[in-house]
Amino acid sequence: MALPQTPAVIPWWRNRRLLPWLLQAAVALVVLLVVAFLLGNLIRNLTAAGLLLTWRWLGQPAGFNIGESTIPFDAALPYWRALLAGLANTLRAVVCGLIGATLLGTMAGMANFSSNGLLRGLVRGYVEVVRNIPLLLQLVFWYFVVFLALPNGAAALQLPGLTLAKSGLYLAGFGPGWEWAGPTLVNGVWQAPLRLSVEFGALLCGLVVYSGAYIAEVVRAGIAAVPEGQWEAASSLGLGWLASVRHVVLPQALRVIVPGLNTQYISLAKNSSLAVAVGYPDLYAVAETTLNQTGRAVEMVILLLAAYLVLDLLISAVMNGLNRLVQIRER
Amino acid sequence: MALLGLIPLAACAPPDGSGLQSAKLNGITARDKLVCGVEGTLPGFSFVEPDGRYSGLDVDTCKAVAAAVLGDPDKVEYRNLNSSERFAALASGEVDMLARNTTATLSRDAAGGNGLSFAPTTFYDGQGVMAPVKSGITDLKGLSGKAICVESGTTTELNLADRMREIDVPYTPLKFQTSDQTYAAYLGGRCAAVTSDRSQLAGKRSSFPAPDDHQLLPDVLSKEPLSPATTNADPAWADALRWIVFSLMQAEEWGITQANLDSKLAEAQANTNLADLRRFFGVEGDFGRQLGLPADFTVRAIRAVGNYGEIFERNVGTTSRLKLERGLNRLWSEGGLIYAQPFR
Repeated sequence: MALPQTPAVIPWWRNRRLLPWLLQAAVALVVLLVVAFLLGNLIRNLTAAGLLLTWRWLGQPAGFNIGESTIPFDAALPYWRALLAGLANTLRAVVCGLIGATLLGTMAGMANFSSNGLLRGLVRGYVEVVRNIPLLLQLVFWYFVVFLALPNGAAALQLPGLTLAKSGLYLAGFGPGWEWAGPTLVNGVWQAPLRLSVEFGALLCGLVVYSGAYIAEVVRAGIAAVPEGQWEAASSLGLGWLASVRHVVLPQALRVIVPGLNTQYISLAKNSSLAVAVGYPDLYAVAETTLNQTGRAVEMVILLLAAYLVLDLLISAVMNGLNRLVQIRER
Repeated sequence: MALLGLIPLAACAPPDGSGLQSAKLNGITARDKLVCGVEGTLPGFSFVEPDGRYSGLDVDTCKAVAAAVLGDPDKVEYRNLNSSERFAALASGEVDMLARNTTATLSRDAAGGNGLSFAPTTFYDGQGVMAPVKSGITDLKGLSGKAICVESGTTTELNLADRMREIDVPYTPLKFQTSDQTYAAYLGGRCAAVTSDRSQLAGKRSSFPAPDDHQLLPDVLSKEPLSPATTNADPAWADALRWIVFSLMQAEEWGITQANLDSKLAEAQANTNLADLRRFFGVEGDFGRQLGLPADFTVRAIRAVGNYGEIFERNVGTTSRLKLERGLNRLWSEGGLIYAQPFR
């Protein structure tokens, strides 16, 4: 019995090689059309409103001050310098936040496996409370309730070389003439070579405590993913708790932890834009003032999007590199 | 008699949009609601009362416009906007107009800037500085090296920077996104002073736990003509708003109040020699149609909120809790700056 002959030419709607191509081309076309429509719409309406994209305003003097800046800034400098100062402030908060949240989160995550019941309970309580309260509320709490309750002026907390006042933390250091100087009270205002403002403090505390709780869960999951047998094997070799964690459990747990950390780090960087709620002049706060002064909303939002995108992609790239380091390498 | 007189007026009001095209006016009429952007937390200007109703000088502007366009001062949807949101909300069409203590400036007005179209100024203000009485600060020089709280995205931020640079007094600006945060930080003692328009400082102070512990410094840092605004995109709508505001000022000039409106109207209808008043009320002429508004738009606005002087006294005047003098906000005929262009 002869098999029915397959037709020489397959109709296109049953062609398994052609069909995916056609479908993808159709989807790509639709996406392109939508993008073209949106862009055309934007340009048409901006033209109608006389607001076509221009970047010349970036060179004009900003005219506003920035409360604290890691790079020198004053009101006579152009807008791009103001935005740069804002970016530097954002980076400072993000870098400090990443370090702090990682330390706190790792400790809290490992404490879940402690034999001390009280410690385990405390860590569970911390994670559950902090994860379930919006970050904005926590920032407002840190700033208005915790930091603004500090005493000011002569009543500030003073230790040798250190003063904690309502306006910030002042530390002794080398002054402009390289002489050693401690915090001093001048005309009701504290002065010192090193100063951390309470705005920065509130933002940092908020970010560290909030992200720390998520990182604690990531670390806990990573450690829990290591089979019980590995712990037993480590202790049968005579390793103590700390040595087991360092040499046996953590290297395996990191494979699970690092991808999760990546997500948390990126959220922390984005969450730093809530700084505006506590008066810390980060990139978003400076951009908002700039937008209001210049009216260049579309340009400003494009710059903001680009800045946060690059920042997050950088964090991602570093974490992906780290991920490759800790993965099992097969020989 | 007066009520009878109104009926033919309403009947001869032209259908909206006849003779001119205003997308905004048509939109408002179709929606049967005016969306008005306000500050929302500023006693005397726009504030939510304990019974949940909005009140204030800016709110009364919204009500006058809603009454003139839609015939009902309550057909307003208020949107609370902070300083940074307001222009984007207006440009995107999310609100039809702003009555939100906004200072008219060149860059906000210019097509190459924010592209707004300002209505006549409803409150002439100036920027001031408030400090606790206990601090002993009596002028700007006393703020040397100290922190000053300011709301971000306002002209006050710029004026403060300019003025302090002029007199060479270093200070630390502390910017917050909303006025609530700004005043919370000031009351929390983080700043030695807070700066804003003097009317706003007076309004906020009236809601402090101990208003008398805070004083306004004598320095006036700037001119702040607070004006309602729309966008450049719809000139016909901007014109309508401008003349609704003017009608409230004109009413005060001619002594037309909420109470005597009906008798004045009856008088105008009866006496053909009162040409000015007849045109103003829409008894004759077609001012309303020219603006795309009902013929009796002035009558509707005044009936809803009274004349400018009544609005001022009720919300911010010496008998209100803000206790502000009329000052610059008197009529031009009494030495102030309030001046309605002629209804001709």
